[in-house]
Amino acid sequence: MRLPCPICGPRDSREFIYRGTALDRPAPDAGTEAWEEYLHLRDNPAGPIREFWYHHAGCTAWIEVTRNTATHEISDAVLAGGEGAA
Amino acid sequence: MRVKDRGRIDRESRIAFTFDGARYEGHPGDTLASALLANDVRMVGRSFKYHRPRGILTAGSAEPNALVTVGRGAEASPNERATMVELAEGLAVTSQNRWPSLGFDVLSVNDMAARFLGSGFYYKTFMWPRSFWEKVYEPAIRRAAGLGALSGQHDPADTEKGFLFCDLLVIGAGPAGLMAALVAGEAGADVILADEGFAPGGQLTGEVEDIAGQPAHAWAESTWAKLNAMPNVRCMSRTTVTGAYDQGTFGALERFPEGRGPRECFWRIAAKRSVLAAGALERAIAFRNNDRPGIMTAGAVRAYLNRWGVSSGRAVTVFANNDDAHRTARDLVAAGVSVAAVLDSRHDAPKSPDFEVIRGAQVCNTAGRKRLESVTYRTSKGEQSLMTDCLAISGGWNPAVHLTCHMNSRPVWRDDLLAFVPAPGAVPGLIPAGACNGVFATAACLADGASAAKTALRELGMTSPDVDLPDAGADAGRISPLWAVPGKGRSWLDFQNDVTVKDVKQAAQENFQSVEHMKRYTTQGMATDQGKMSNVTALAVLADATGRAIPETGTTTFRPPFSPVSIAAMGAGGRGQSFAPQRFMTSHAATVERGAPMIEAGLWYRPTYFPAPGETHWRQACDREVRYVRNAVGVADVSTLGKIDIQGPGAAALLDFVYTGLFSSLKEGRVRYGLMLREDGHVMDDGTTARLGENHYLMTTTTAAAGEVMRHLDFAKQVLRRDLDVATISVTEQWAQFAVAGPKSRDLLEDLLGTSLGGWPFMSCGPVKVGGVDGRLFRISFSGEQGWEIAVPARFGASLFDALVAKAEAIDGGMYGMEALNVLRIEKGFLTHAELHGRTTAFDLGMGRMISAKKDCIGKVMAARPGLVANSRAQLVGLKPVGEVQQLVSGAHLFREGARISPENDQGYVTSVCYSPTLGHMIGLAFLERGPDRMGDRIRMVDRTKDIETLCEVVSPVFFDPDGGRARA
Repeated sequence: MRLPCPICGPRDSREFIYRGTALDRPAPDAGTEAWEEYLHLRDNPAGPIREFWYHHAGCTAWIEVTRNTATHEISDAVLAGGEGAA
Repeated sequence: MRVKDRGRIDRESRIAFTFDGARYEGHPGDTLASALLANDVRMVGRSFKYHRPRGILTAGSAEPNALVTVGRGAEASPNERATMVELAEGLAVTSQNRWPSLGFDVLSVNDMAARFLGSGFYYKTFMWPRSFWEKVYEPAIRRAAGLGALSGQHDPADTEKGFLFCDLLVIGAGPAGLMAALVAGEAGADVILADEGFAPGGQLTGEVEDIAGQPAHAWAESTWAKLNAMPNVRCMSRTTVTGAYDQGTFGALERFPEGRGPRECFWRIAAKRSVLAAGALERAIAFRNNDRPGIMTAGAVRAYLNRWGVSSGRAVTVFANNDDAHRTARDLVAAGVSVAAVLDSRHDAPKSPDFEVIRGAQVCNTAGRKRLESVTYRTSKGEQSLMTDCLAISGGWNPAVHLTCHMNSRPVWRDDLLAFVPAPGAVPGLIPAGACNGVFATAACLADGASAAKTALRELGMTSPDVDLPDAGADAGRISPLWAVPGKGRSWLDFQNDVTVKDVKQAAQENFQSVEHMKRYTTQGMATDQGKMSNVTALAVLADATGRAIPETGTTTFRPPFSPVSIAAMGAGGRGQSFAPQRFMTSHAATVERGAPMIEAGLWYRPTYFPAPGETHWRQACDREVRYVRNAVGVADVSTLGKIDIQGPGAAALLDFVYTGLFSSLKEGRVRYGLMLREDGHVMDDGTTARLGENHYLMTTTTAAAGEVMRHLDFAKQVLRRDLDVATISVTEQWAQFAVAGPKSRDLLEDLLGTSLGGWPFMSCGPVKVGGVDGRLFRISFSGEQGWEIAVPARFGASLFDALVAKAEAIDGGMYGMEALNVLRIEKGFLTHAELHGRTTAFDLGMGRMISAKKDCIGKVMAARPGLVANSRAQLVGLKPVGEVQQLVSGAHLFREGARISPENDQGYVTSVCYSPTLGHMIGLAFLERGPDRMGDRIRMVDRTKDIETLCEVVSPVFFDPDGGRARA
């Protein structure tokens, strides 16, 4: 599998480290439920999902990738937290 | 034997080879199989289960029978298909699965016991006594049933791996593939054309037909040469595309002839589009004793004649259900080889003036032990026998749909072709063409290949050139179903795993009716050939046995690789020391020179201890090195610890966010210990961070977690705290850093630096000049003694280490290794990843108060969960043995005195132990439930794996100098 790094272009997935679903960190006072959700509860869609990948063997950018879990089709990849990110 | 004026081998040159020690000759252009047949060697192996004599069945990659071991000693390669081995001078080949010899094989008695060895026999037979399975039955069965054996030695052969990229990958260089490559090549696309064989043309290599007015093989060769001359086309012969993966990625195994590169190269090919032109595989027909040497596929008999000039028999009989097989008789007769008859199961089979065609005939038995002698066939007139030494069979052709199924697609049954073809859109970007797509006539294959390339070019936004389709034969032939001839006895389906029609019927009868269950119960299709010859026939038999249609019965799952790939090729470049990169400290050479045994720490290599003359045990060295530090001065290379440079106006805020403690309040020129949590509240790493300037910090991490912490900081900076103006970079490799510790450490450093260090309090830091070089000095301690770490740019590391060691040795000190370092830190209750193992919290470590109340940090919210701060949790304590047994073991568990040793009574576990030369006994760090409340209590340490029980006293984890006076001295 290859991921289109917004900085380096399409690169082999072995250059990246996977983190998981792209989520927003709750505020410190968001409450137990929000934190529980952030840490442990995940949707498991058969379809597009937004997720964080780290280009550790490249530019060390965290990127946000939209990947179809059923086909591994990558429809979008932007710098995490940057323009176009969730 | 060879036939005159046929074949395209170089008869002028000879190649000598051996088979089971006997010397034979072949010619350039031969495969091992064609050379063996030319030398009239019919029996080449013994079957897997019944040890039946077996010959060569095919002329290609699907060969199930002719598996041999090629080469000798460490280089021996077992289970090579004789049909794929290119003949080379001196090739040494041995047959397999026979003892003592191929001709006389003791275990051929298995064949007599066949009725006990049907499907599932080992599930039923070897049930009792149970203990016999592992020790008696299984080893015996494994010895009896088998293929070739590995040498057991390191394979010295070279293997490679590589990556390729292209616009269009064309898989197979038969008519469809060549045409596709030609169209795409002329369009200017980057093309890779990969073919399994060593001569282009695919099926054309073995046929007598014309393309564009010239012999088909000549057209294939000239087209290949034309493609080879195009700079945008890479032609790869001897290259099997083994698997289709995500996003147009393919695996491919390229083999190289002896002396022309590595033995094999495993390629990963990323293709924007691909054309699958893998052709079709001829299937056999099941009938009684259809596995004798001399029974071959009709296409193979034709290929051996036309390509290699070899007649597979003196009197050949053809048995088929289709027109295509009649070409075998036609070509044989034309070459002067006698054709006994064509037995065609169809009542409307075409007649020929050149050979006898017996319509409505089915072969129902054969005779001949080590080679075929006769066949018995049945017509409406009854049974008749025919003397023949070669039976060419054809049950039709199976499109090679394998790669189209590698991403979960299932092939589609076509009743008109009696074959499975690829489902539309089976693999994104892959277009099947030619025979693998159910298109059999040569002219249609050429057109299909050209059309596939044009589709690919259109999708790539490229313009298709005008390429004329060459003239070629348009006849695809007819076929009527015939899978298995009914009758008694054993009719083979899977030749390689010895699975018969009877086995499949029995599986159905015993309710293994799903094709996946049948496969596993009978082992059909589970051998190295993955059932290429037998899958479709077997499921047709299963469909019949269960009263279902073929499409309803369905296929098993086709998985990569298409044909076997050696582990050596897939792991190329990763053997021995190349398995993982090695990271060396600047002191590595000096350390190795001192004879220190090195231990891996991640990718780093660190010294365990430095042996001195007269020492016979590592503990003597370790104790001595501990005493250097406690009594004089010790020097250790600590460069492996992660070093992260953090700069910018937001540096302090970033550190406050990733550490539990406050770093914004740290004064310039000072160092602070930091604890880093994961977001779930557990401890991730620890280390010291120095403030070098107002907006400049230097963080250290543990050796093991350096990469993880860097990633964590990048995430915090890039994602969570984008508001901060801060930059981070790893400088681990840029700085060499050495610990100098002990009561005489200041003397040593003052001597080295030529300056007084009186003004440097504990936990201070600053720039220093080391022999004119800009360095850094930190007054920190991981030993509990007065300690320093001195850092210089890495290129000066080796000379600084030598200087430090020389000065230390002059004042009764010296180097210390990881063992001593570990003892020193356990004596002080300092932590490593033995304690920070991912399930411990700041609370567990007695550091709960280090989580600052003044700010948020990663992990703070979740670390406050009631369960993570409950006093019942196992918490850090020290252990000291108080009974007769003085040994402590890390990993051992803790129990109350008198409690039964069982999981529910488990009170905790030991993480680190050592012998403390300072205290004169063993000490340990452990996590114990309510530990801090139990100081002075007795507890039993139990290690059941080593059978050690030690009575311990629970003590403070800080065994030595609890008020820390020595470090501040």
